Amino acid sequence: MDMNVREIWTVVHGMVFGFIFLLGFSGALYMIYSMKPELLTADGIGRTAKAAKVYVWGLALSVWAAVFTGAWVVYPWYRAVPPEGTLDLSTFPKFLLIASESTAKWHEFGMEWKEHVAFIAPIAATVVAFVVSYYGPTLAKKVGERRAVMIFFIIAFVATAIAGMFGAFITKAAAVR
Amino acid sequence: MATLANNLNEKVNGPVSAALLAGGIGSAAMGLVTLIYEINDKSAFAKSMAWSKAVGGLSGKSMWSIIIFFVAWAILHYVWKDKETDFARISSIAIALLVVGLLGTFPPVWELFK
Repeated sequence: MDMNVREIWTVVHGMVFGFIFLLGFSGALYMIYSMKPELLTADGIGRTAKAAKVYVWGLALSVWAAVFTGAWVVYPWYRAVPPEGTLDLSTFPKFLLIASESTAKWHEFGMEWKEHVAFIAPIAATVVAFVVSYYGPTLAKKVGERRAVMIFFIIAFVATAIAGMFGAFITKAAAVR
Repeated sequence: MATLANNLNEKVNGPVSAALLAGGIGSAAMGLVTLIYEINDKSAFAKSMAWSKAVGGLSGKSMWSIIIFFVAWAILHYVWKDKETDFARISSIAIALLVVGLLGTFPPVWELFK
């Protein structure tokens, strides 16, 4: 059950920061959705707005941490070039994947998609956090703004889910060791 | 597109419009920079994206989109901070730009342009 430094960072990137966002998303989305006078009392809206502020900023910070640990810590290990003549590619995941036709698409499609689309998530999540903070309880009166924020948040979730899903599949096929 | 707030007690929507539109611009930047890079990853533009040798082209692509997001936000916020804007129109544009970002980062789209 030992994990080396690379495996620990891969876990921190995906199963800590990425997971925090993926698991926390639905609760935060419902909080924003439920900030309506028809569903909550004025006191309830106030309490929800206060909690939502902390919650969505926490999720935004988590997804920023996920993309930065992914791109600047784990990704260099993933894409490292093996020295010429290397036969054992197990510690060079990208080259292990593209060495075989049966696994090449995990990199050419999976990693290429994941590494780029992921960056939309923290941008969108930060916008959501700002809007929720700016309006506070008055977000309950802003139907259009609430709708736009939920769309941004859902897109952030979709981007994170794509990155997380392919991260899990690629780690299964060629783990960063 | 922008007027001063009618009711001084109510917050203007300018800062919100600014954040949303900046988010769309940043996402679209990621999509477009990625698309241009992938059309020809041997071009001078593509080579200029390797801000870090270890991270490769992703370093420049991602950092440009993040910089563009924050710069756009700062500018738009400065312009709209005290104004009431046409939120419906601006948010629609912002969401369309998010979609541009999603499309530009999707590998099969790159193949259409190669």
